[in-house]
Amino acid sequence: MAIGLGHYLTVAAILFTLGVFGILVNRKNVIIMLMSVELILLAVNLNFVAFSSFLQDLSGQIFALLILTVAAAEAAIGLAILVAFFRNRGSIAVEDINAMKG
Amino acid sequence: MGLPGVFFYLFSAVLLASALMVVAARNPVHSVLFLILAFVNAAALFLLLGAEFLALILIVVYVGAVAVLFLFVVMMLDVDFAELRQGFLHYLPTGALIGIVILCEVLIAVGGWAIAPGELASVPVPTPPADALSNTEAIGNLLYTRYLFYFQLAGLVLLVAMIGAIVLTLRHKEGVKRQSIAAQNARTPATAIEIKKVEPGRGI
Repeated sequence: MAIGLGHYLTVAAILFTLGVFGILVNRKNVIIMLMSVELILLAVNLNFVAFSSFLQDLSGQIFALLILTVAAAEAAIGLAILVAFFRNRGSIAVEDINAMKG
Repeated sequence: MGLPGVFFYLFSAVLLASALMVVAARNPVHSVLFLILAFVNAAALFLLLGAEFLALILIVVYVGAVAVLFLFVVMMLDVDFAELRQGFLHYLPTGALIGIVILCEVLIAVGGWAIAPGELASVPVPTPPADALSNTEAIGNLLYTRYLFYFQLAGLVLLVAMIGAIVLTLRHKEGVKRQSIAAQNARTPATAIEIKKVEPGRGI
């Protein structure tokens, strides 16, 4: 059985689910949540590249490149906010992030 | 199933196992290291798919920059991570249930999906044959022409992220001597030097 598009989509689906699962389970640890978001974006990238490869359409890889950019920016900003928050409050637990009474 | 199939299963198995360990590891440093392993295996999958440029970009950007940034922050913050893990088992059943539901939905969507027969002939940006143009060249030809504005926009996003990260984390400490070029330029000989009359044989 040759490796087809469905195989890659299944791997990406499981990876996406693991990312969502990580966000749901690690409800207190912001760093693990950010890493889970990275996993989700990686799964989306895998989908894009798989479709791009199997449909012979290069624009999927361009889009994956843009997602990579956004993911890197998101990680940088997220960690910067985390560091600034830790300096102010001395904690990174999610339940302590309530200064805006949201 | 030839060699590509074997490698596909190998890389995807390690990718999914390390992704699970990212979520489940006790120590966040281990999480970051498993994240790096996951990225490397995803890059290998990209290589299997023929996207060589993206595979290497994934290693350079994610493993070289993002994961190291995570590692840096995890080690810099002095947090009791054991305390943060409390509630893991409490949330586990709900999280697993929601995860399984999402996985089933996505897999149903993946399984019930097919390409319309005429669509493959009308691909907007067809991949050039691999022997004529390498993957990197093909992406470059496309990125700098058709998707030029998206490329510029990506650069702008990175610029804003960089400035934002600097603004968020920069801290001005009190009591640090800094160079003041205006004050230096405003000095005159009258304020800078003091002339003393030294008498012969006495010293200052």
